[in-house]
Amino acid sequence: MKEVLTISAIFEIAPQLWRGVQITVSILIASALFAYAMSFIAGLCRLSNNFLLRKLTGFYVELFRGTSLIVQLFWLYYAVPMLFGINLGSNWWIGVIAIGLNYGAYLSEVVRSSILSVSQGQYEAATALNMSSFQRMRFIIFPQAVRMMLPEFGNYTIQILKGTSLVSLIGLTDILYYGDVMRSTSLSLSPLIYLTALIFYFILALPLIFLTRKAEKIAKKGAAS
Amino acid sequence: MAEPIVTYQDVHKSFGDVEVLKGIDLDIYPAEKVAVIGPSGSGKTTIIRLLMTLEQPTAGDIIVDGRNLWKMEKNGKWVHANENHLRSIRGDIGMVFQHFNLFPHMTILENCMTAPIHVKNEEKNDVKKRSIEMLERVGLGDKLDNYPSQLSGGQKQRVAMARALVMRPKIMLFDEVTSALDPELVGEVLNVIRDIAENDDMAMVLVTHEMDFALDIADKVLFLDEGVIAEQGTASEVIEHSENPRVQSFLQRFRG
Repeated sequence: MKEVLTISAIFEIAPQLWRGVQITVSILIASALFAYAMSFIAGLCRLSNNFLLRKLTGFYVELFRGTSLIVQLFWLYYAVPMLFGINLGSNWWIGVIAIGLNYGAYLSEVVRSSILSVSQGQYEAATALNMSSFQRMRFIIFPQAVRMMLPEFGNYTIQILKGTSLVSLIGLTDILYYGDVMRSTSLSLSPLIYLTALIFYFILALPLIFLTRKAEKIAKKGAAS
Repeated sequence: MAEPIVTYQDVHKSFGDVEVLKGIDLDIYPAEKVAVIGPSGSGKTTIIRLLMTLEQPTAGDIIVDGRNLWKMEKNGKWVHANENHLRSIRGDIGMVFQHFNLFPHMTILENCMTAPIHVKNEEKNDVKKRSIEMLERVGLGDKLDNYPSQLSGGQKQRVAMARALVMRPKIMLFDEVTSALDPELVGEVLNVIRDIAENDDMAMVLVTHEMDFALDIADKVLFLDEGVIAEQGTASEVIEHSENPRVQSFLQRFRG
């Protein structure tokens, strides 16, 4: 009797949580793309010959790696408009920007270290073939570095998915938000609501896990002979 | 004899406080095969790395085909060469490395084709034809679409030679190209070098530990010791008949 109740309850909960999937997925995609872009910009800047550029991006990276995502989210949502009168747009955009900047900082270190880990011999072989520094980067270093980055990019994308659950705290109606709303009306269902939410996140993560595995295989094939 | 294609004039190179080359004077003539021998740490590899522009000399000049490699004239003054100047000369020089340094993300055909297409702007079909010919010449015509990780060390080194040859350099540098190979694979690589030495008219500089091979193919042998050319002459002069005690003790140690 109890099992039947549990299952029918899950069927009741799932459609409610489903209403939040669109926000969770759209934030995931947008903030992941933003984080990827930031990671390449910041990662390459940190390898630049320009002292100022290097220091500035270093400051960005350490700032966003060294403070908590949720505080950054609150800063952008509450503090920045109040202090500077800057409106960053809807709370959807603020969620995307905060998560993108945060994970962009982590991923920039992946970009930087991958480029640095391409062996010196590769630079030398490219030089011996008279490639320009741009050609060396474009044809030799970058393609190898990207292969090495792929698995870490997969891992961080899964992290970003989990990070999106914080946006319910700035009023976005994601999966967790609808879970919280349901719990406040039917407290006894709490365990089942959060179980269902976990299942939702896990199902969303499955394709990412699969892609990460695949990325690992590609990385193994392409790098170091 | 013709004008030298490469001239070293009192070339010095230091790494930090350590002076590796202490004044090298050397002429290399077109089509000449030069072997560089000597104890490890004597600066052999550094000599050719300076010519490939992988290291910068601390002092002295290297002249390649009439042009100063590391210096250029600007507003009537000699200044340090920039990337464009280096590139304008570097195209004449090719190099094969001890550790092959093939591009692992490309097939061996792509390894050969990338630079001629993008660096020399040559027509893709011509480059492909020439690359295949060159890979066939080194005995790898059946491996065109393999990746470097699927090849043995000797095969990798042969690809590296084909890759350098497709660029049609006037000077080829070989940096201990058999040192990282298993003994049974050394022969196949030396055979390719011998083939190049006999049939191509480019100058070759080989840094090597293969004394018998050097004796066999080199027009000129340099014995390098503690950063100076301690002895130079024909292979038989240096390897077989040198009276220099350092050469003798090196060869003795070498041959056990």
